Amino acid sequence: MTLHQSNQARPDLRALFLGFSSVGLSGFGGVLPFARRMLVEQRGWMTAEEFNAQLGLCQFLPGPNVVNLAVLVGKRYRGLAGAIVAPVGLLAGPIAIVLLLAMLYDTYGSLPVAQSMLRGVAAVGAGLLFAMAWRMGMAIRDKAAFLPFAALVVCGIAWLRWPMLWVMPAGLLLSGGLAYWRLGRR
Amino acid sequence: MSLVVDLFREFALLSFVAFGGATALLPEMHRVVVENHQWLDDTTFTHLYAIAQAAPGPNVLVVTLIGWHVAGLPGALAATVAMCLPMSVLIYLLMDRWESFAGQRWQKAISIGVAPLAVGLIFSGATLIAQSAGLGVAAWGLLAATMLTNLKTKLHPLWLIAAGALLGLFGLV
Repeated sequence: MTLHQSNQARPDLRALFLGFSSVGLSGFGGVLPFARRMLVEQRGWMTAEEFNAQLGLCQFLPGPNVVNLAVLVGKRYRGLAGAIVAPVGLLAGPIAIVLLLAMLYDTYGSLPVAQSMLRGVAAVGAGLLFAMAWRMGMAIRDKAAFLPFAALVVCGIAWLRWPMLWVMPAGLLLSGGLAYWRLGRR
Repeated sequence: MSLVVDLFREFALLSFVAFGGATALLPEMHRVVVENHQWLDDTTFTHLYAIAQAAPGPNVLVVTLIGWHVAGLPGALAATVAMCLPMSVLIYLLMDRWESFAGQRWQKAISIGVAPLAVGLIFSGATLIAQSAGLGVAAWGLLAATMLTNLKTKLHPLWLIAAGALLGLFGLV
C-alpha cells in the first residue's frame, strides 16, 4: 500500500501540451518548482526519485533547464512528437504574453511614467539577481578553492568585457580541471 | 533576413555555454546586442530585462524580447529557438544514456567546475543591469532591500516586482 505508483495513464500529446502550458504560465522568474509540482504531485507522471534523476541531466547540460526537462518528459511518453509538443506548450503562452507586453512597450515605453516603472522593476530585478548569485555561491561546497573562479569570471566578463565564448571554455578547463584532480585525490 | 540569421547564429552558439540558463547570458547578450551591433541602447536592454521579469514564464523569455526588438516576430522566434534547440536535440539523444555516465569522475568534475562560473556570470549580469538602469540613491536602496528580503524571507518575488513598479509609478525611485 505504501508503494507510490507513478503514472495512472500515459499522458497523450494534448495532456503534455496543457500540462506544460500550466507550468509555463504559473511561474515568475523561473518555473522549475512548478514543473516539479505538476509532474510529481498533481499529475503523477513521475515519482519524486525519477524527477530528481532526470533533473540531474537537465541541469548538467547548459541552456534553459526547464525546456530541457520538457523535451525529456515529452520524449519519454510520446517520442519525438512529445519532445516537440511539451516544450512548445511550455513556451507558447508565455511568449504570446511577453510579445504583447513588448508591443505595449514599443507604443508607450517612452512615456516618463513607463520609464520610471521599468526602472523600479529593473532595480528589483537586479536585486533578485544578486540574491540568486549569493545563494548559488553559498551552495558551493569548497568555497576557498572554487569561489575564486567566480571572481575571475566577473573580472573577465563584467570588467574586461571578454567574449563569453572564450571565457567559459577556459574557465571550465581550469575549474573543471581542478575539480577532476581533487576528485582523484580522495 | 540576414539580421534574423545573425540572431539565430549568435544565440545558437551561446546556448552551448549557457550554464545557469538564459540569465547567465545577460552580460554576453549585452556585449553582442548593445556594444558590438548597437541594435539597442543600454536603457532599452534594461527595460527588456524588466519586462521579462514581470511576465510569467521561464527565464529564457528575455531572449525572446531581445529578438523581438532587433528583428520583430521572426527575430523573437529565431532567438528563442536558437537558444533552446541545440540542447534540446542533445538531451533527446542523451537521455537514455544518462544513467551510464551520471556519477563518473569527469561528469562530477564538470558539474562542480561549472557552478562557480555560473555564479560569476549571474553576478556580472546583476551589476550590468544595475549600472545600465541609471539608478539613483533610492533605487539602490530598493535593490539592496530586494536582495535582503529575497534571501531572508519566503516572500514571493512577484510582490517585490509589483512594489518596484509601484515605487516607480509614484516617482519614488
